Amino acid sequence: MTNATVEDAAQGANIDVPEHMAWDSRARRTITIYIPLSIFIVVLLFPFYWMAITSVKPDYEMYDYKKYNPFWVGSPTLDNIKKLLFDTDYPQWLITTMGIATAATFLSVFASVLAAYAIERLRFKGAQHVGLAIYLAYLVPPTILFIPLATMIFQFGLFDSPLALILTYPTTLVPFCTWLLIGYFKSIPYELEECALIDGASRLQILRRITLPLAVPGLISAGIFAFTLSWNEFIYALAFIQSTEKKTVPVAILTELVTGDVFQWGSLMAGSLLGSVPVAIIYSFFVEYYVSSMTGAVKE
Amino acid sequence: MANVSIRNVRKRFGSTEILHGVDVEIDDGEFVILVGPSGCGKSTLLRMIAGLENISSGEIAIGDRVVNNIAPKERDIAMVFQNYALYPHMTVRDNMAFSLSLTNASKAEIDEKVGRAAQILGLNPYLARYPRQLSGGQRQRVAMGRAIVRDPQVFLFDEPLSNLDAKLRVAMRAEIKELHQRLQTTTVYVTHDQIEAMTMADKIVVMNAGNVEQIGAPLDLYDKPNNLFVAGFIGSPAMNFVKGKVADGAFTAEDGTILPLPPSAAGQDGRPAVYGIRPEHFRLAGDGLPARITVLEPTGSETQVMAHFAGTPIIGAFRERIAAKPGETIRVSVDPMAAHVFDGATGQRIGA
Ligand SMILES: Nc1ncnc2c1ncn2[C@@H]1O[C@H](COP(=O)(O)OP(=O)(O)OP(=O)(O)O)[C@@H](O)[C@H]1O
Ligand SMILES: [Mg+2]
Repeated sequence: MTNATVEDAAQGANIDVPEHMAWDSRARRTITIYIPLSIFIVVLLFPFYWMAITSVKPDYEMYDYKKYNPFWVGSPTLDNIKKLLFDTDYPQWLITTMGIATAATFLSVFASVLAAYAIERLRFKGAQHVGLAIYLAYLVPPTILFIPLATMIFQFGLFDSPLALILTYPTTLVPFCTWLLIGYFKSIPYELEECALIDGASRLQILRRITLPLAVPGLISAGIFAFTLSWNEFIYALAFIQSTEKKTVPVAILTELVTGDVFQWGSLMAGSLLGSVPVAIIYSFFVEYYVSSMTGAVKE
Repeated sequence: MANVSIRNVRKRFGSTEILHGVDVEIDDGEFVILVGPSGCGKSTLLRMIAGLENISSGEIAIGDRVVNNIAPKERDIAMVFQNYALYPHMTVRDNMAFSLSLTNASKAEIDEKVGRAAQILGLNPYLARYPRQLSGGQRQRVAMGRAIVRDPQVFLFDEPLSNLDAKLRVAMRAEIKELHQRLQTTTVYVTHDQIEAMTMADKIVVMNAGNVEQIGAPLDLYDKPNNLFVAGFIGSPAMNFVKGKVADGAFTAEDGTILPLPPSAAGQDGRPAVYGIRPEHFRLAGDGLPARITVLEPTGSETQVMAHFAGTPIIGAFRERIAAKPGETIRVSVDPMAAHVFDGATGQRIGA
């Protein structure tokens, strides 16, 4: 995921290099752009590399740095991965996490679209204060929220059910997505909506046929953001889910693959690596939208 | 089609009043232009007709229906915005079909209406394109097409030509006028360009600082401006003004120059006044009054002369070629029938 963004930035920096660039300025570019970027990439990608090689290392290589190069694998093995996939509930965890993240994302984005549109375009009395209040809600740390939330979860009888997570994640996701979408809606010329209003569209029709199609990059970044956070969320997932088979990936690999004092590093790393694959795939599909929504408004 | 009545309409944004009681009657099928300097409230008035701004007090009626509390979509109007407001994610065809697709129009009906509008505006080759693939003039036409397909009671235009270059503006001006002649739909058109107003309008409404200064046919405004503001606003180059007072059946400028009064303005002795004369109403005359030339601008068809006359800088436009050079003096006369006299205190026209 991160590598995609970094590569994109590197390409962006490349665009306006003319062919006949003088040597000295090429050297300067190397120093000011490529070297820092390379360092950046190495630093960012090293954890992934470490994760990748650890997950295929046999145990004897893992603990003996004297005899084996820690940065390389002598005799790669699929044992760790096999153990992860067949001796634990890992596939089940993946499916659960996927389901929870997807549901929480749709719920949050849906609510955020309505909230952001109302705040930015309907301009009801006090809209600005509501916008501010929503943003402040985002600043409340989950560690504080989770005590009252836990009470509610128990009272609704949702403990140890995926619904507990699907309904609590939006408490942090909705404020951020709303805030992000308000900014995005703001960049869509209001004239377009006025024009649609005269053309005879109702507010909902405007939202569906004018605003949302133009806000697709914003929706995608909100979606990616929500999905990633739900995927990686730890505290609520740890607190509200008890049964092994219902756990989400980040919690499960930590609670199920650390047995007592023993860290099963190979499987742990394989689990983390496989766990980041879906997010990476989603990012790589939408990275262009993501970047464009961060950098620019609607193009006419 | 319908007439539009604007009766004593006021607009307040918060505590500031932007429109101070505007009255305009627009007849069925008329092409009316709201013109005035920037910030005078033209767009605001237009948006109130469209229903995009609410009406603080007064009444707007379209046909015989008061629309104060009627939503824009119920008003049966179409509006062309200054920046066209084309939907960027829709093709030209979809842009034009959008309003119809919101009604229960059948596909055949939509195709027929869009096709007819595209035909009128010459948009057929572009129907499948997106707005970003069009030139400014083409976008302008799509915006008009979108208005036409709705076949509304009233067209509203807010400075539709201001984003185009000068040449295209002239071409589109003719096109809009032709379109109006063809469709005969009541049209309210906002511009701050008085040439646009003069050339296109059946009726011009001159606005200034939230008030209507004068309403009339273009040439009426030109020939008989009600006050100094209209006199100065309509016409290019603008009317020349000389300050002074009326005395002994003539006009005496502040520097003592005596100018002939139009008969209708006589009998107002002693009153401070402003004498107005359009550039083309100066005549070269051997026995005339002296005008010292500062700049000469021959354009071929006529010569514009900037000069010092009766203690004031003026501009004259002459059909004749002028041999004199800057610094020299020519003699000009003024036809009293073509002169205008305004009250020095109120700026209102004196005499008919
Ligand atoms: N939403 C608003 N809130 C407060 N004041 C406004 C608002 N909209 C317009 N105004 C004020 O109303 C006045 C008239 O604005 P309007 O847009 O009607 O001017 P205009 O005649 O169309 O000018 P231009 O030729 O520059 O378009 C201006 O002084 C403007 O500052
Ligand atoms: Mg305006």
